[in-house]
Amino acid sequence: MRAIITILAVAALASVPLWLRDPYLLNALITTGIFVIGAMSLNLLLGFTGQLSLGHIAFFGIGAYVSALTSLGFDIGLPGGLRLVHTPWPPMIGFVLAILVAGLCGYFVGLLSFRVRGAYFVIVTISFAEVVRLVALNWVELTQGPLALTNIPSIALPLPGFGELTLRTKMQNYYLVLVVALVAYLLIARLVRSHFGRAMRGLMENETLAVSVGIDVTRTLTIAAVISAAIAGAAGSLYAHYIRIIDPEVFAFINTVTMVIMVISGGKGSLAGPVVGGLIFGLLPVALRPVMAPEAQWIAYGGVLIAILFVLPRGIVPSLAQRIIRRRSGAPALAPVALTETGAKEPA
Amino acid sequence: MAARSIAMTIDRVAVRFGGLVAISDMSFTVGESEIVSLIGPNGAGKTTAFNVMTGFLTPSAGHVTYQGTTLAGLKPHEIADLGLIRTFQRTSVFPNDTVYDNLLIGLHRRGRVRLLDSILGLPGARASERRLRQKASELLEWVGLERRAHDAAGSLSYGEQRLVGVALALAAEPSMLLLDEPVSGMNASETHRFVELIRSIRDRGITILLVEHDMPMVMAVSDRIVVLNYGRIIAEGIPDVIRNDPAVIEAYLGHGAARA
Repeated sequence: MRAIITILAVAALASVPLWLRDPYLLNALITTGIFVIGAMSLNLLLGFTGQLSLGHIAFFGIGAYVSALTSLGFDIGLPGGLRLVHTPWPPMIGFVLAILVAGLCGYFVGLLSFRVRGAYFVIVTISFAEVVRLVALNWVELTQGPLALTNIPSIALPLPGFGELTLRTKMQNYYLVLVVALVAYLLIARLVRSHFGRAMRGLMENETLAVSVGIDVTRTLTIAAVISAAIAGAAGSLYAHYIRIIDPEVFAFINTVTMVIMVISGGKGSLAGPVVGGLIFGLLPVALRPVMAPEAQWIAYGGVLIAILFVLPRGIVPSLAQRIIRRRSGAPALAPVALTETGAKEPA
Repeated sequence: MAARSIAMTIDRVAVRFGGLVAISDMSFTVGESEIVSLIGPNGAGKTTAFNVMTGFLTPSAGHVTYQGTTLAGLKPHEIADLGLIRTFQRTSVFPNDTVYDNLLIGLHRRGRVRLLDSILGLPGARASERRLRQKASELLEWVGLERRAHDAAGSLSYGEQRLVGVALALAAEPSMLLLDEPVSGMNASETHRFVELIRSIRDRGITILLVEHDMPMVMAVSDRIVVLNYGRIIAEGIPDVIRNDPAVIEAYLGHGAARA
């Protein structure tokens, strides 16, 4: 049943560029897709370990800058009169480096903050994002500061035997984002259903008990942070090579908030939640644009979010899934059926 | 008492919270596959002793040795790796997961596979997963919760949640089990069945240290009893001795009762 829904959803998403010719709408779908990947990575932390990263955009932005700088090259002065010169590399290498560097940042942030967790993690991640933003703004020699990095090359896929394919059209970029999103989705799905995923869930539900059965808290949370940050970095790289211009505004707090809204409205702790929430809040600006001013749109988002959480308090996907289960079994579910998406109940 | 090799040694352990003395100078030993009960009035320091033995609390003085390893400085999950597993008085389950999934979480120590292997679904990871599911079913049968396998653990009665807690502890493959008031919230027949369960656990060679208020149950199941009062050991011995020990009766019933 779930497999059928997934296949249908993927087929529907894959067919979009075949019938949707409007470049403006396709563009909105691509950027939305990129943010959905970011929201999925945030959900891995927020939904499956309970840790709220309010600086998640930092990993996204670091991925964007690393990828952009790798493919643009740079020439910067170091202390002691040395210079560091980097000649441009293909964007695909930038994509890989973006994942690695963002993952490494996730490791350090995790290491710093998971000894204390909870509110401290929130504060550390916010501060981290702000520090990174200030560096991007002020290290003009490397990042061009507010002047932005421009002319970032599009991603070029190496095709063995055929040279390479530069993804210039919207349709090509749409499929690239779709493929990366699918890989990220499958990776997270495998992860949360694995042995490791159960350790994360155990920690979120009852940390003391989880520790007493031998689960290592710091290690588990740090691994989750690394993977989450790495996926966010991949999304950032896609963003840089698609938009082709990056400035420090990418680190704006509002971008993290957007991702949090996507996760919460879709349903944290459910795999499809960030996708559903992301599509709604990614495409809402497009739908509202003809009818209201940008300032009024923000008020409308707030209204939509409140409405969703009022009707479906645990987010769209978990709440609907629970309703379907209840209707089918004909009895009210007693305990909160959290994580319906992940509690894969294969027969023993 | 027949000569057993010693599993755990508690050596002059003291715990002070500021000026409050929770445990002062506690020493006793637990033999391999012995059932020892730690009893005493409320506030005597029983749970504190448990927290020291499992690394949730660092003692102010003294140390605990388990099978030759001193536990000082080890984190709780490292102590769990030594095979020393505890249950909890109140929070004994993962409430939102099914009983079956609870046990799969509890089997953490047995199913360590490389993360990449399980993401890629490699044969080794799949085989390990099958073994875990098999093991979870066996454990459910052992504690008698097969029928509740697919109910959320938080929706079970307190007595049943206690059983889940014990099954979770067993899943972690203990060589010694510390049970913190396992039968509170159970009715008489549940308690009776639980005593059978404890014996069957011991028969598999697992050492048991029990904290419990249910005296008939303690007397029935224990090989040896250690009595704590105000953080000190006031008596130690087989159930028949403890039952008639004036210091114990006084601790539980007060001064007059002991003289009467």
